[in-house]
Amino acid sequence: MNLLELLGYFNYWVFAIVLTVGLYTVIAKVNLVKKLIGLSIFQSAVFLMYITMDKVEGGTAPIIQKGVENQVFSNPLPQVLILTAIVVGVSTLSLGLAIVVRIYEAYGTIEENEILDAD
Amino acid sequence: MDLTPHLPALQVIVPMLFSPLVLLLKPRGLAWAGATAVALLSFAIALNMAIAVADGAHFKYDMGGWEAPYGIELSVGAFSALLLLIVTGAAAAALLASRPSVDRQIELERQPLFYSAWLLALAGLVGIVVSADAFNIFVFMEISSLASYVLIAGGPDRRALPAVFKYLIMGTIGATFYLIGVGLVYMMTGTLNLADMAARIGGVTDINPLLVAAGFITIGLALKAAVFPLHVWVPNAYAHAPHMVTVFLAACATKVAIYVLIRFDFWVFQANLEQHALQFSLFLMPLALLGILVASAVAVFEGHIKRLLAMSSVAQIGYIVLGASFVTESGLTAASSHMFNHALAKGGLFLAIAGLGYHYRDLSLAQLAGAARNMPWTAAAMVICGFSLIGIPGTAGFISKWLLINAALDEGRLAWVLVAIILVSSLMALAYVWRIIETLYFKTPVDEEAVHGEAPLQLLLVTWLVAIANIFFGLFPQFPLALSSAAAQLLLRQTL
Repeated sequence: MNLLELLGYFNYWVFAIVLTVGLYTVIAKVNLVKKLIGLSIFQSAVFLMYITMDKVEGGTAPIIQKGVENQVFSNPLPQVLILTAIVVGVSTLSLGLAIVVRIYEAYGTIEENEILDAD
Repeated sequence: MDLTPHLPALQVIVPMLFSPLVLLLKPRGLAWAGATAVALLSFAIALNMAIAVADGAHFKYDMGGWEAPYGIELSVGAFSALLLLIVTGAAAAALLASRPSVDRQIELERQPLFYSAWLLALAGLVGIVVSADAFNIFVFMEISSLASYVLIAGGPDRRALPAVFKYLIMGTIGATFYLIGVGLVYMMTGTLNLADMAARIGGVTDINPLLVAAGFITIGLALKAAVFPLHVWVPNAYAHAPHMVTVFLAACATKVAIYVLIRFDFWVFQANLEQHALQFSLFLMPLALLGILVASAVAVFEGHIKRLLAMSSVAQIGYIVLGASFVTESGLTAASSHMFNHALAKGGLFLAIAGLGYHYRDLSLAQLAGAARNMPWTAAAMVICGFSLIGIPGTAGFISKWLLINAALDEGRLAWVLVAIILVSSLMALAYVWRIIETLYFKTPVDEEAVHGEAPLQLLLVTWLVAIANIFFGLFPQFPLALSSAAAQLLLRQTL
């Protein structure tokens, strides 16, 4: 595989790297808020993958115009799907933050190791 | 008006629509009554469909009149009908019994919120089961997960909060892995409808993305289903949740994830990917066997009764996955009937524990010593469900273990190893259930002075109903068995 081919997969490389960064943050950090940030990065990577795969080379926004024919459109379905997934991601994040607030009220800390020591 | 063709849609819409309405039922007890009525209605719908499916019907429903594969399709076959019975049955039984226990654990003004989240969780779980669209499954999965995080964190126990946080992190990672897999399959086939996907996968030239997708989907769903060693969120989440929530989730939440796992791997990939059967069993069979042995061994030494049963759930999930990993009709029949029977046994056990939890604040085995003297009926129901968990003849658990051993005997050279492992783990199950029985019946109470009464009548009646169902389905297993074997045939595409 030469350099040009590697660069051709640029978006997918970004996806893989962002995914790994997010997953690493979730696993390695002890601060619960940082864990949630990692989770968000992890999910964003998937959004990027979906957005990448719907792009058709030379394609425009999928809107039918009067008098214009033979247009190439990008696929709108993955964008719709990922809009839903973003909503899901936001709800997960907000629920996670709400739980962190409750944890802080109950334990007085949001460091995972200190919480484990407390019980 | 004949509602029969609309049943698959109603199954989801009824709990989802009533969830915000229950929120408005502020006066005392009304939220409970509303939620219970909705759960019973859902159970009636599921039962209706299950009976029709047992007669050979297959429900298909195009949402909004848009035909599949462009529209979103709902479909209920034998496998989904069985799962719908489990999910709605568990919700109905737990809600029927829940009032005294929930009154103790959740403040009155927060109860409408609690029951509303419960109905949302129910709607999400049944939505996963009826949906025939890969992306819709993801959305319903997140609806049910978010609602069940709320339910678990709802109790008075502060240890539930870190447990739920862990569950949220792992659950989201699992769902996101599933989403990546679905994206890759969509990229190669251009469809999200499961049946359409299965039809088009054969024509895909570049097979690598599909293999990666199969891996992501299997791992993601295994995380959600708590397949060993991805089960670490289970013990604390089950142990510190409000008792009735444990009843509901232990009976059905992980099973629904296994349902999607089996359905995706068999329905979509199995027939169309070369050597998928081999990869599937080589990956999952060792995990299932390890899970059965390790989780049972941990359960034998566990001191907290809810954590003990949560670990035993991990082992039982191992049985289900083991049955599926044989990739034979008998194995799949055993797996799907074990889903049903384990839901009965574990649901009954956790109902009895909710009864114990009504009087005992601390549910460690040391504190529960001699509880049977105060609560003979609860303890007796627990013994029956415990026997079903071990697989004593005459109870529901025996049927599926028998099927599983029969299926294992067809496995050629491995047969005797598999049978030995199933028998050893059953002995371990005997050991941990016996520890519970010994504690309840033969130990002297820690505090002789404290006199507790029996569990509330409402709770006790439902517990006994489930205990009797364990015996009933042990003696007359025809109905769940018919559905299970039809499900196995459907998954292996012997009938369509």
